[in-house]
Amino acid sequence: MSEEIKLMKGNEAIAHAAIRCGCDGYFGYPITPQSEVLETLMEVEPWKTTGMNVLQAESEVAAINMVYGGAGTGKKVMTSSSSPGVSLKQEGVSYLAGAELPALIVNVMRGGPGLGTIQPSQADYFQTVKGGGHGDYKLIALAPASVQEMADFVGLAFDLAFKYRNPAIILADGVIGQMMEKVVLPPFKARRTDEEIVKECPWAAVGKPKNRERNVITSLELDPAVMEERNIHLQEKYKTIEANEVRYEEIQCEDAEYLLVAFGSSARICQKAVEVARAQGIKVGLLRPITLWPFPSKIIAKYADQVKAMLSVELNAGQMVEDVRLAVNGKVKVEHFGRLGGIVYTPDEIIEAMKTKIM
Amino acid sequence: MTIEDIIKPENLVYKKPDLMNDRPMHYCPGCSHGVVHKLIGEVLEEMDVVEDTIGITPVGCAVFAYNYLDIDWEEAAHGRAPAMAVAIKRLRPNKLVFTYQGDGDLAAIGTAETIHACNRGDSITIIFVNNGIYGMTGGQMAPTTLEGMKTATCPYGRNVKLNGYPLKITNLLKELDGTCYVTRQSVHTAAAVRKAKKAIRKAFENNLNQKGVSVVEIVSTCNSGWKMTPDQSNKWMEENMFPAYPLGDLKDTTI
Amino acid sequence: MAKIKGAIVVNEERCKGCQLCVVACPSKVIAMSKHVNSKGYNYAYMENKDACIGCASCGIVCPDGCISVYKVKVD
Repeated sequence: MSEEIKLMKGNEAIAHAAIRCGCDGYFGYPITPQSEVLETLMEVEPWKTTGMNVLQAESEVAAINMVYGGAGTGKKVMTSSSSPGVSLKQEGVSYLAGAELPALIVNVMRGGPGLGTIQPSQADYFQTVKGGGHGDYKLIALAPASVQEMADFVGLAFDLAFKYRNPAIILADGVIGQMMEKVVLPPFKARRTDEEIVKECPWAAVGKPKNRERNVITSLELDPAVMEERNIHLQEKYKTIEANEVRYEEIQCEDAEYLLVAFGSSARICQKAVEVARAQGIKVGLLRPITLWPFPSKIIAKYADQVKAMLSVELNAGQMVEDVRLAVNGKVKVEHFGRLGGIVYTPDEIIEAMKTKIM
Repeated sequence: MTIEDIIKPENLVYKKPDLMNDRPMHYCPGCSHGVVHKLIGEVLEEMDVVEDTIGITPVGCAVFAYNYLDIDWEEAAHGRAPAMAVAIKRLRPNKLVFTYQGDGDLAAIGTAETIHACNRGDSITIIFVNNGIYGMTGGQMAPTTLEGMKTATCPYGRNVKLNGYPLKITNLLKELDGTCYVTRQSVHTAAAVRKAKKAIRKAFENNLNQKGVSVVEIVSTCNSGWKMTPDQSNKWMEENMFPAYPLGDLKDTTI
Repeated sequence: MAKIKGAIVVNEERCKGCQLCVVACPSKVIAMSKHVNSKGYNYAYMENKDACIGCASCGIVCPDGCISVYKVKVD
């Protein structure tokens, strides 16, 4: 069978990929610039085909707690929102992480703080990778840079979430959510049967049979010794994820003297900047973190021995640059270039920033 | 006939349900929660539906309900239990999904989730324990605290100019088209407990028969928070709570 | 005429001494022990054994599920 190539928005790709990857339920609340996820699902009506549930909740808070409830029964469930809505979801995200539940959250970022703007931004990096909610926890964070990756990362995020019993997040931005590109949608995968769920998720609260102890989904523990154990267990799990799941892309890095580090839509613009700069004789490469957590620190540290300086290019006031600096550990100069308020830089602006900041 | 002749297995007429395990409950002496827990255990046993039951505990005194009844549970964030229940019921429509919530959880921080779950009409059950005070955090004012009633955060009595009026949320919920059965019960006498049990049974049957949302409010005491003995609390409840929260069915569309 | 005879067994360790059973008993069977359990609570016990009719009111209102009730018909 030939591949099914379609033209669609990144947000639409998220919706179609969710249906195709065997997702059991989507719970969301409209917010620009990601409303097409819910709109597409309501238009396609997957409950008539795959049996996937779709529900427009009364708030982002309700939506993430619907995800928490559904995930606790072992179902493959997700939500999507944009920055202010994702702030509201942080309570539920922390509970998901604390109770070790697999789930998918999609954030199609817009500018902040506060109500900010509906224009694209990447200012939720800290919120995503440094723990937006309370407590010591991590989310597996994937940053798509194309509509194709929006589609591909839905299944990947669910796989990782279930593999590690940990919530995963797709951190996109308004550019990736709204732009149209061709995309090859993943093949249809059946939703798991109740028997398969019990086998894969023996911890799930599905109703207690006589032959096992009750299952309790909770993040609460008042015995400090037990609570510390739980936290140590979480940290050990995070170390395993850091060891196994780092993903990144290297573009023209082999002979690079300067390195751009950028994710998502910024990486696309940086790729053009690399091309233009190389035409001007500047040997520059691009490293694109695909997982923002776990962060590709090792490969960045390796390039610190090769390049003269690095520039972290982000649509924010300088967030990922801190992690780049931690990875480089002072070996070379690391600077930040960003635009705020929904303005997106041009490749020429990035080259100019390179010249003034790191060359 | 000696006592030993009477105390024989064949003569047993009452004991706590097997579903309630032997772990000592953390509730204060005389707390209504224990009775409500027992009733849930009894009804689930009698209906023989433990394998299909998922309970959701709140934040508040009943947060640890999952330690005492041997069924599968999920522990909610404060006020979010109804949202969780809706999702679980949608994803697993044949399960008996119920929430157990206090007045702060259901009628303050979780008001939006409560109202929208009741309006959406998924067949869930809400067990609502209303004792007019925040027990777990040490006796602060609840949305259902009566006018003039003293709590840690209205030490001179609830002043409606300062704090607004007691929220009769169950009256509100009965107006919503998604609810099929809304009732207000108590557990302060043996007769009241028997009635409350019937109400819970009906609510759980509605749940499995996909009738809509059933809300069982249990007007309760919090003798520690009210600073009375358990017996005094029951009397105070009869004299003060019942006029504001009269017992009986507020709505039943299943008849 | 048949007479009803009842008896209760109190789980003394589980009892928190709230006395709601004392109030609920229509036959004034139950009193609080002078002794305490390991948590320091004076627990309920059958003081007036002969009066128990096995109505289970005490067990039904007991918040901690401490009371089992037995009943026989005596001819």
